[in-house]
Amino acid sequence: MASVLVYAELYGGKVAGTTLELLTKARDLGDVYAVALGSGAKAAAAILGKHGAKVVHVNEDAAFDDYIAEPATDAIASLYEQQKPDLILFGFTPDSREVAGRLAARLGVGLISNANDIAAKDGGFVARVPYFGGAKVASMKANATPAIVLVRPKSFEASESGGAAEVKDLTVTVKADSKRAHIADRVVEASEKVKLEDARVVISGGRGMGGPQNFPLLEDLASALGGAVGASRAVVDAGWVPYSMQVGQTGKSVRPGVYIAVGISGAMQHTVGMKTSKVIIAINKDAEAPIMKMADLGVVGDALKILPALTAAVKAKKNG
Amino acid sequence: MKIVVTVKQVPDPNSTLSLEADNTISREKEVVLDPGDECGVEEGLQLKEAHGGEVVLVSMGPERAKDAIRKGLSMGADRAVLITDPALAGADALTTAKVLAAAIKQEQPDLVICATESYDGSTGMVPPMLAELLGFPQLTFAKKVEVDGSTIKVHRQTPDGYQIVEAATPALVSVTAAIAEPRYASLKGIMAARSKEIKQVALSDLGVEKGETAETIEGVTDAESRKAGEVIQDDGTAVDRIVQVLASAKVL
Repeated sequence: MASVLVYAELYGGKVAGTTLELLTKARDLGDVYAVALGSGAKAAAAILGKHGAKVVHVNEDAAFDDYIAEPATDAIASLYEQQKPDLILFGFTPDSREVAGRLAARLGVGLISNANDIAAKDGGFVARVPYFGGAKVASMKANATPAIVLVRPKSFEASESGGAAEVKDLTVTVKADSKRAHIADRVVEASEKVKLEDARVVISGGRGMGGPQNFPLLEDLASALGGAVGASRAVVDAGWVPYSMQVGQTGKSVRPGVYIAVGISGAMQHTVGMKTSKVIIAINKDAEAPIMKMADLGVVGDALKILPALTAAVKAKKNG
Repeated sequence: MKIVVTVKQVPDPNSTLSLEADNTISREKEVVLDPGDECGVEEGLQLKEAHGGEVVLVSMGPERAKDAIRKGLSMGADRAVLITDPALAGADALTTAKVLAAAIKQEQPDLVICATESYDGSTGMVPPMLAELLGFPQLTFAKKVEVDGSTIKVHRQTPDGYQIVEAATPALVSVTAAIAEPRYASLKGIMAARSKEIKQVALSDLGVEKGETAETIEGVTDAESRKAGEVIQDDGTAVDRIVQVLASAKVL
């Protein structure tokens, strides 16, 4: 039976949704265990166990919270030597990527990144990785041992298997040399807003919005619908909005009930991050924009006129 | 301070991508300096202007990548190193990181600047791998970088704000597009770039073994595509139609 190690991503003691998705999938691939590092790791074992981890290796050293990547790499490399998992799964998220990259280089093995599916096959593992803007999917067999695969959030649905994990202390000395990239402070800028990845309605703006000064129109609509605002890579690169709002191949994957693409052409880079939304509405001046070919409803018109009228109509319907 | 900026030539994001017969993305048509790397070069130049030193571009690619490198030299970088070798075609992220690390070690920089991810590969995994192979701490997703003596301090973008991360040099920083608006190369800069050194290096010069690729591609299929729905012109009724769709999707 193959063994699968899942890296549990903890943020302020809370387990990331993507970790629970990975554990759910890992149950199909072999015996599942997890590693949880930093404050709240021991308490996290409960939810990790409920999602299929048979054992959770924990270490609550503050170094895992306070320093980027290197302490975690030391811990997982040490765990690898003891347990020799066949497959190590990470979420394709900024924090997990840090660790996965260093670990792969430390162990001298390659990795497969940006996968949206993984299966056991012929004693090994095959990952499916979208590319060419998501229009094509490559099936990639992992050549190395251990296989290291990073999976896009929201590729799977998390579900409980109702188990309880054995908690084992992971003894690892975090070297002084590894305590280098120090997180001196954490600044929260947008605590009130609905999280993009979890929103059931996402309204995204692209170049067609004309400029950052028009993005409040999207925010007004998002507020009215209880949703979140996203953006295309083009406007993030132009500096109109921060990277955290980017939806697409190298941004976030979202799977809301409704995705409204405003002034977005629908370049492949973007669509791979939102094409599994239940309902897609596009508002664009150009009837031939690629996004019109994938939207359930495409509206050819002036976004700057439609948005405020739509926001008003939504509010009226909610209050009426 | 000595700053190395890693740069890559990629298919032009503004052109239409196409596939070769073997299902790999075509690199034969329009190629440019990766827009993310333009931001990295700009940040390197700004740090050099503030603190003195040298900006060296390091790239792995075909000989043609010299065009992309010249763009960075025109912006103001001092010189470049291009690792080019037919054996490196189709190299995976780890091989790329090994090759870059070997070349960068010869430079002994104080700071290495990378883009967070490239436009074409998009694994986003080379920066942490490179940091590990160089033995440097990594300060990633930086939207702002400050240098104070031998300390690097960055604002690291997070989902709900940012972290302030510090490390002593030498260090590796990966930057987002928010870091700096890339300057246009002046005519003077373009002329000066013609005589700046691009040192060409082969795999054998670096003592790097290519190794096994991380993955074997077993097949490529088309992804499921969505069918088009209705497309309407806004004649004043569009808002009502959208509200109907929102209501039937039960978000309203």
